[in-house]
Amino acid sequence: MALQSGEKLPMFIGHIWSKQKSRWTLLGLRLLAFLAAAAATLVMVLNKQTKTFVVATIGTTPVNLTLTAKFHHTPAFVFFAIANGLVSIHNLVMIMMDLLGSKFDYKGFQFPMIASLDMLNLALVSGGANAAAFMAELGKNGNSHARWDKICDKFGPYCDRGAGALIASFLALALMLLISFLSILNHKLVNSSSHNSHNNIIALPN
Amino acid sequence: MAETKRIFTFLLRFIAFCTTLSAVIIMISSRQRATVLVFSFEAKYSDTPAFKYFVIVNAIVSIYGFLVLFLPSKSLLWRLVVALDAVFTILLTSSISAALAIAYVGEKGNPIAGWLPICDQVTKYCNQVKGALIVGFISVVLYMLLFLYSLHTVLNPLLLEKS
Repeated sequence: MALQSGEKLPMFIGHIWSKQKSRWTLLGLRLLAFLAAAAATLVMVLNKQTKTFVVATIGTTPVNLTLTAKFHHTPAFVFFAIANGLVSIHNLVMIMMDLLGSKFDYKGFQFPMIASLDMLNLALVSGGANAAAFMAELGKNGNSHARWDKICDKFGPYCDRGAGALIASFLALALMLLISFLSILNHKLVNSSSHNSHNNIIALPN
Repeated sequence: MAETKRIFTFLLRFIAFCTTLSAVIIMISSRQRATVLVFSFEAKYSDTPAFKYFVIVNAIVSIYGFLVLFLPSKSLLWRLVVALDAVFTILLTSSISAALAIAYVGEKGNPIAGWLPICDQVTKYCNQVKGALIVGFISVVLYMLLFLYSLHTVLNPLLLEKS
Protein backbone atom coordinates (compact mmCIF):
# COMPACT_ATOMS: atom_id res chain seq x y z
CA MET A 1 0.00 0.00 0.00
CA ALA A 2 1.58 3.26 -1.07
CA LEU A 3 1.97 6.26 1.16
CA GLN A 4 2.89 9.50 -0.50
CA SER A 5 6.11 11.30 0.23
CA GLY A 6 5.61 14.19 2.58
CA GLU A 7 2.52 12.69 4.26
CA LYS A 8 3.29 11.03 7.52
CA LEU A 9 0.58 8.77 8.86
CA PRO A 10 0.67 6.70 12.01
CA MET A 11 1.44 3.09 11.22
CA PHE A 12 -1.74 1.67 12.70
CA ILE A 13 -3.99 3.55 10.23
CA GLY A 14 -2.20 1.77 7.43
CA HIS A 15 -2.95 -1.60 9.00
CA ILE A 16 -6.62 -0.93 9.84
CA TRP A 17 -7.66 0.86 6.66
CA SER A 18 -6.76 -1.68 4.05
CA LYS A 19 -7.90 -1.23 0.49
CA GLN A 20 -10.41 -4.06 0.49
CA LYS A 21 -12.07 -3.04 3.73
CA SER A 22 -12.38 0.59 2.70
CA ARG A 23 -13.83 -0.38 -0.66
CA TRP A 24 -16.52 -2.55 0.92
CA THR A 25 -17.29 0.07 3.58
CA LEU A 26 -17.78 2.71 0.94
CA LEU A 27 -19.93 0.36 -1.13
CA GLY A 28 -22.07 -0.46 1.89
CA LEU A 29 -22.55 3.23 2.69
CA ARG A 30 -23.52 3.96 -0.90
CA LEU A 31 -26.05 1.14 -0.81
CA LEU A 32 -27.56 2.59 2.37
CA ALA A 33 -27.70 6.07 0.85
CA PHE A 34 -29.36 4.66 -2.28
CA LEU A 35 -31.95 2.82 -0.19
CA ALA A 36 -32.66 5.88 1.95
CA ALA A 37 -33.09 8.21 -1.03
CA ALA A 38 -35.23 5.67 -2.90
CA ALA A 39 -37.39 5.15 0.19
CA ALA A 40 -37.84 8.92 0.56
CA THR A 41 -38.91 9.23 -3.09
CA LEU A 42 -41.33 6.34 -2.96
CA VAL A 43 -42.97 7.35 0.31
CA MET A 44 -43.44 10.92 -0.88
CA VAL A 45 -44.78 9.97 -4.31
CA LEU A 46 -47.29 7.47 -2.92
CA ASN A 47 -48.41 9.85 -0.19
CA LYS A 48 -52.14 10.43 -0.51
CA GLN A 49 -55.05 10.85 1.85
CA THR A 50 -58.73 11.42 1.22
CA LYS A 51 -60.99 12.83 3.90
CA THR A 52 -64.63 13.82 3.94
CA PHE A 53 -65.69 16.87 5.86
CA VAL A 54 -69.22 17.79 6.84
CA VAL A 55 -69.51 21.40 5.83
CA ALA A 56 -73.16 22.25 6.41
CA THR A 57 -76.47 20.64 7.10
CA ILE A 58 -79.44 21.35 4.87
CA GLY A 59 -82.50 20.07 6.64
CA THR A 60 -81.46 16.63 7.78
CA THR A 61 -78.97 15.76 5.04
CA PRO A 62 -75.35 16.76 5.67
CA VAL A 63 -73.37 18.39 2.89
CA ASN A 64 -70.09 16.62 2.46
CA LEU A 65 -66.89 17.96 1.03
CA THR A 66 -64.26 15.45 0.03
CA LEU A 67 -60.71 16.68 -0.02
CA THR A 68 -57.68 14.73 -1.22
CA ALA A 69 -54.21 15.64 -0.10
CA LYS A 70 -51.63 14.62 -2.68
CA PHE A 71 -47.98 15.41 -2.87
CA HIS A 72 -48.16 17.22 -6.19
CA HIS A 73 -50.32 20.02 -4.80
CA THR A 74 -47.18 21.37 -3.17
CA PRO A 75 -44.30 22.26 -5.51
CA ALA A 76 -41.78 21.84 -2.69
CA PHE A 77 -42.75 18.18 -2.35
CA VAL A 78 -42.52 17.70 -6.12
CA PHE A 79 -38.98 19.13 -5.99
CA PHE A 80 -38.25 16.87 -3.03
CA ALA A 81 -39.41 13.78 -4.92
CA ILE A 82 -37.44 14.69 -8.05
CA ALA A 83 -34.27 15.55 -6.10
CA ASN A 84 -34.36 12.32 -4.12
CA GLY A 85 -35.08 10.34 -7.29
CA LEU A 86 -32.04 11.85 -9.01
CA VAL A 87 -29.86 11.23 -5.97
CA SER A 88 -30.91 7.59 -5.74
CA ILE A 89 -30.12 7.16 -9.47
CA HIS A 90 -26.72 8.77 -8.84
CA ASN A 91 -25.99 6.40 -5.98
CA LEU A 92 -27.07 3.43 -8.09
CA VAL A 93 -24.75 4.51 -10.91
CA MET A 94 -21.90 4.98 -8.42
CA ILE A 95 -22.46 1.47 -7.04
CA MET A 96 -22.34 0.07 -10.58
CA MET A 97 -19.16 2.07 -11.28
CA ASP A 98 -17.58 0.70 -8.14
CA LEU A 99 -18.42 -2.89 -8.95
CA LEU A 100 -18.03 -3.02 -12.71
CA GLY A 101 -16.36 0.10 -13.99
CA SER A 102 -12.74 -0.10 -12.98
CA LYS A 103 -11.65 -0.08 -16.62
CA PHE A 104 -13.63 3.05 -17.56
CA ASP A 105 -10.91 5.52 -16.78
CA TYR A 106 -9.97 8.34 -19.15
CA LYS A 107 -6.66 9.98 -18.19
CA GLY A 108 -7.44 9.68 -14.51
CA PHE A 109 -10.69 11.60 -14.76
CA GLN A 110 -12.67 9.01 -12.86
CA PHE A 111 -11.85 10.16 -9.35
CA PRO A 112 -12.46 13.92 -9.87
CA MET A 113 -15.72 13.13 -11.68
CA ILE A 114 -16.94 10.92 -8.85
CA ALA A 115 -15.97 13.48 -6.20
CA SER A 116 -17.57 16.41 -8.04
CA LEU A 117 -20.75 14.50 -8.83
CA ASP A 118 -20.99 13.42 -5.19
CA MET A 119 -20.76 17.00 -4.00
CA LEU A 120 -23.27 18.27 -6.56
CA ASN A 121 -25.80 15.63 -5.65
CA LEU A 122 -25.21 16.43 -2.00
CA ALA A 123 -26.19 20.04 -2.69
CA LEU A 124 -29.25 18.85 -4.62
CA VAL A 125 -30.53 16.56 -1.91
CA SER A 126 -29.93 19.19 0.76
CA GLY A 127 -32.01 21.69 -1.22
CA GLY A 128 -34.87 19.24 -1.68
CA ALA A 129 -34.90 18.02 1.89
CA ASN A 130 -34.81 21.50 3.36
CA ALA A 131 -37.58 22.90 1.15
CA ALA A 132 -39.85 19.99 2.10
CA ALA A 133 -38.88 20.40 5.77
CA PHE A 134 -39.99 24.03 5.87
CA MET A 135 -43.23 23.25 4.02
CA ALA A 136 -43.89 20.47 6.52
CA GLU A 137 -43.24 22.89 9.38
CA LEU A 138 -45.77 25.27 7.84
CA GLY A 139 -48.32 22.47 7.57
CA LYS A 140 -47.72 21.41 11.13
CA ASN A 141 -47.73 24.79 12.83
CA GLY A 142 -49.52 27.05 10.40
CA ASN A 143 -48.71 30.74 10.19
CA SER A 144 -50.86 33.03 12.28
CA HIS A 145 -49.59 36.18 10.60
CA ALA A 146 -50.70 35.05 7.16
CA ARG A 147 -53.90 33.42 8.45
CA TRP A 148 -52.81 29.98 7.30
CA ASP A 149 -54.24 27.17 9.38
CA LYS A 150 -52.28 24.09 10.19
CA ILE A 151 -53.49 21.02 8.36
CA CYS A 152 -51.74 18.21 10.21
CA ASP A 153 -54.55 17.78 12.69
CA LYS A 154 -56.96 17.07 9.84
CA PHE A 155 -54.68 15.00 7.64
CA GLY A 156 -52.74 13.10 10.28
CA PRO A 157 -51.54 10.02 8.34
CA TYR A 158 -50.50 12.19 5.35
CA CYS A 159 -48.33 14.27 7.65
CA ASP A 160 -46.85 11.21 9.34
CA ARG A 161 -45.86 9.62 6.06
CA GLY A 162 -44.37 12.90 4.86
CA ALA A 163 -42.36 13.07 8.06
CA GLY A 164 -41.05 9.57 7.41
CA ALA A 165 -39.98 10.54 3.91
CA LEU A 166 -38.20 13.62 5.32
CA ILE A 167 -36.33 11.55 7.89
CA ALA A 168 -35.17 9.13 5.17
CA SER A 169 -34.01 12.05 3.03
CA PHE A 170 -32.02 13.62 5.86
CA LEU A 171 -30.47 10.24 6.54
CA ALA A 172 -29.47 10.04 2.87
CA LEU A 173 -28.00 13.55 3.17
CA ALA A 174 -25.87 12.59 6.18
CA LEU A 175 -24.73 9.40 4.48
CA MET A 176 -23.79 11.23 1.29
CA LEU A 177 -21.76 13.74 3.31
CA LEU A 178 -19.91 10.85 4.93
CA ILE A 179 -19.45 9.14 1.56
CA SER A 180 -17.98 12.26 -0.11
CA PHE A 181 -15.54 12.77 2.72
CA LEU A 182 -14.57 9.10 2.93
CA SER A 183 -14.14 8.64 -0.80
CA ILE A 184 -11.74 11.57 -1.07
CA LEU A 185 -9.85 10.40 2.03
CA ASN A 186 -9.83 6.88 0.68
CA HIS A 187 -8.36 7.93 -2.63
CA LYS A 188 -5.64 9.95 -0.95
CA LEU A 189 -4.67 7.26 1.53
CA VAL A 190 -4.89 4.13 -0.55
CA ASN A 191 -3.48 4.89 -3.94
CA SER A 192 -1.71 2.05 -5.60
CA SER A 193 -1.25 3.19 -9.20
CA SER A 194 2.11 4.84 -9.69
CA HIS A 195 1.20 7.32 -12.46
CA ASN A 196 -1.24 9.03 -10.10
CA SER A 197 1.49 9.97 -7.67
CA HIS A 198 1.54 13.61 -8.74
CA ASN A 199 -2.20 13.79 -8.13
CA ASN A 200 -1.67 13.18 -4.48
CA ILE A 201 -0.33 16.61 -3.67
CA ILE A 202 -3.17 18.86 -2.59
CA ALA A 203 -2.37 22.02 -4.53
CA LEU A 204 -3.18 25.51 -3.37
CA PRO A 205 -5.96 27.00 -5.49
CA ASN A 206 -4.01 30.16 -6.20
CA MET B 1 -2.17 33.32 -16.72
CA ALA B 2 -1.98 32.63 -13.03
CA GLU B 3 -2.29 36.35 -12.35
CA THR B 4 -5.52 36.68 -14.38
CA LYS B 5 -6.88 33.60 -12.67
CA ARG B 6 -6.19 35.13 -9.28
CA ILE B 7 -7.79 38.45 -10.17
CA PHE B 8 -10.78 36.70 -11.67
CA THR B 9 -11.34 34.53 -8.56
CA PHE B 10 -10.94 37.55 -6.31
CA LEU B 11 -13.50 39.49 -8.34
CA LEU B 12 -15.90 36.54 -8.28
CA ARG B 13 -15.57 36.21 -4.52
CA PHE B 14 -16.14 39.93 -4.10
CA ILE B 15 -19.30 39.88 -6.21
CA ALA B 16 -20.56 36.80 -4.35
CA PHE B 17 -19.97 38.57 -1.04
CA CYS B 18 -21.89 41.61 -2.30
CA THR B 19 -24.85 39.52 -3.43
CA THR B 20 -25.18 37.66 -0.13
CA LEU B 21 -24.91 40.92 1.81
CA SER B 22 -27.57 42.60 -0.34
CA ALA B 23 -29.87 39.59 0.00
CA VAL B 24 -29.66 39.95 3.78
CA ILE B 25 -30.25 43.71 3.68
CA ILE B 26 -33.18 43.55 1.26
CA MET B 27 -34.87 40.77 3.21
CA ILE B 28 -34.42 42.48 6.57
CA SER B 29 -35.79 45.79 5.37
CA SER B 30 -38.95 44.31 3.88
CA ARG B 31 -41.97 45.19 5.92
CA GLN B 32 -45.38 46.57 5.21
CA ARG B 33 -48.36 47.49 7.29
CA ALA B 34 -51.71 46.53 5.80
CA THR B 35 -55.32 46.73 6.91
CA VAL B 36 -57.65 43.88 6.08
CA LEU B 37 -61.24 44.59 7.18
CA VAL B 38 -60.74 45.64 10.79
CA PHE B 39 -57.37 43.99 11.38
CA SER B 40 -54.19 45.93 10.92
CA PHE B 41 -51.21 43.67 10.67
CA GLU B 42 -47.64 44.12 9.71
CA ALA B 43 -45.93 41.71 7.37
CA LYS B 44 -42.29 41.19 8.32
CA TYR B 45 -39.68 38.71 7.25
CA SER B 46 -39.50 37.28 10.76
CA ASP B 47 -43.06 35.93 10.61
CA THR B 48 -41.83 33.00 8.57
CA PRO B 49 -39.10 30.66 9.85
CA ALA B 50 -37.99 29.97 6.28
CA PHE B 51 -37.12 33.64 5.71
CA LYS B 52 -35.38 33.83 9.07
CA TYR B 53 -33.28 30.81 8.08
CA PHE B 54 -32.53 32.48 4.73
CA VAL B 55 -31.32 35.64 6.48
CA ILE B 56 -29.20 33.74 8.99
CA VAL B 57 -27.51 31.56 6.38
CA ASN B 58 -26.81 34.49 4.05
CA ALA B 59 -25.41 36.51 6.96
CA ILE B 60 -23.03 33.69 7.88
CA VAL B 61 -21.95 33.26 4.27
CA SER B 62 -21.34 36.98 3.81
CA ILE B 63 -19.14 37.06 6.93
CA TYR B 64 -17.22 34.07 5.54
CA GLY B 65 -16.93 35.71 2.10
CA PHE B 66 -15.63 38.90 3.68
CA LEU B 67 -12.95 37.03 5.62
CA VAL B 68 -11.84 34.98 2.61
CA LEU B 69 -11.25 38.16 0.58
CA PHE B 70 -8.41 39.08 2.94
CA LEU B 71 -6.64 35.73 2.82
CA PRO B 72 -3.08 36.01 1.45
CA SER B 73 -2.63 33.88 -1.62
CA LYS B 74 0.14 31.60 -0.43
CA SER B 75 -1.41 30.78 2.93
CA LEU B 76 -2.07 27.19 3.93
CA LEU B 77 -5.66 28.05 4.90
CA TRP B 78 -6.77 27.73 1.27
CA ARG B 79 -7.29 24.01 1.85
CA LEU B 80 -9.79 24.92 4.58
CA VAL B 81 -11.40 27.37 2.15
CA VAL B 82 -12.11 24.50 -0.24
CA ALA B 83 -13.93 22.51 2.45
CA LEU B 84 -15.78 25.56 3.77
CA ASP B 85 -16.81 26.50 0.22
CA ALA B 86 -18.50 23.12 -0.07
CA VAL B 87 -20.31 23.48 3.25
CA PHE B 88 -21.52 27.00 2.60
CA THR B 89 -22.66 26.25 -0.95
CA ILE B 90 -24.76 23.38 0.37
CA LEU B 91 -26.21 25.62 3.12
CA LEU B 92 -27.00 28.33 0.58
CA THR B 93 -28.86 25.97 -1.76
CA SER B 94 -30.92 24.63 1.12
CA SER B 95 -31.80 28.13 2.35
CA ILE B 96 -32.84 29.41 -1.08
CA SER B 97 -35.00 26.37 -1.77
CA ALA B 98 -36.76 26.68 1.60
CA ALA B 99 -37.42 30.40 1.10
CA LEU B 100 -38.66 29.81 -2.46
CA ALA B 101 -41.05 27.10 -1.28
CA ILE B 102 -42.67 29.37 1.30
CA ALA B 103 -42.71 32.36 -1.06
CA TYR B 104 -44.52 30.24 -3.64
CA VAL B 105 -47.25 29.46 -1.13
CA GLY B 106 -47.48 33.14 -0.30
CA GLU B 107 -47.87 34.04 -3.95
CA LYS B 108 -50.17 31.32 -5.23
CA GLY B 109 -51.71 29.87 -2.09
CA ASN B 110 -52.65 26.25 -1.58
CA PRO B 111 -56.34 25.57 -2.26
CA ILE B 112 -56.39 22.11 -0.68
CA ALA B 113 -55.08 23.37 2.64
CA GLY B 114 -57.23 26.49 2.49
CA TRP B 115 -54.24 28.83 2.42
CA LEU B 116 -55.02 32.06 0.62
CA PRO B 117 -52.28 33.97 -1.19
CA ILE B 118 -51.23 37.06 0.70
CA CYS B 119 -49.39 38.88 -2.08
CA ASP B 120 -52.45 40.91 -3.08
CA GLN B 121 -52.72 42.50 0.32
CA VAL B 122 -49.06 43.24 0.99
CA THR B 123 -47.71 43.94 -2.48
CA LYS B 124 -44.68 45.98 -1.47
CA TYR B 125 -43.51 43.37 1.04
CA CYS B 126 -44.04 40.63 -1.53
CA ASN B 127 -42.02 42.43 -4.19
CA GLN B 128 -39.17 43.11 -1.82
CA VAL B 129 -39.06 39.47 -0.75
CA LYS B 130 -39.03 38.48 -4.42
CA GLY B 131 -36.09 40.82 -4.99
CA ALA B 132 -34.19 39.34 -2.05
CA LEU B 133 -34.81 35.84 -3.38
CA ILE B 134 -33.58 36.76 -6.86
CA VAL B 135 -30.36 38.19 -5.39
CA GLY B 136 -30.06 35.09 -3.21
CA PHE B 137 -30.41 32.88 -6.25
CA ILE B 138 -27.62 34.78 -8.03
CA SER B 139 -25.45 34.26 -4.95
CA VAL B 140 -26.18 30.52 -5.04
CA VAL B 141 -25.06 30.35 -8.68
CA LEU B 142 -21.87 32.31 -7.92
CA TYR B 143 -20.99 30.19 -4.91
CA MET B 144 -21.62 27.05 -6.94
CA LEU B 145 -19.12 28.33 -9.53
CA LEU B 146 -16.57 29.16 -6.82
CA PHE B 147 -17.04 25.74 -5.25
CA LEU B 148 -16.57 23.94 -8.57
CA TYR B 149 -13.45 25.99 -9.22
CA SER B 150 -11.97 25.14 -5.80
CA LEU B 151 -12.83 21.48 -6.27
CA HIS B 152 -11.23 21.50 -9.70
CA THR B 153 -7.96 23.04 -8.52
CA VAL B 154 -7.67 20.64 -5.61
CA LEU B 155 -8.57 17.42 -7.34
CA ASN B 156 -6.94 17.95 -10.68
CA PRO B 157 -3.67 19.74 -10.22
CA LEU B 158 -2.38 18.69 -13.66
CA LEU B 159 -3.63 21.97 -15.10
CA LEU B 160 -1.89 23.90 -12.34
CA GLU B 161 1.40 22.17 -13.10
CA LYS B 162 1.26 23.20 -16.76
CA SER B 163 1.01 26.86 -15.90
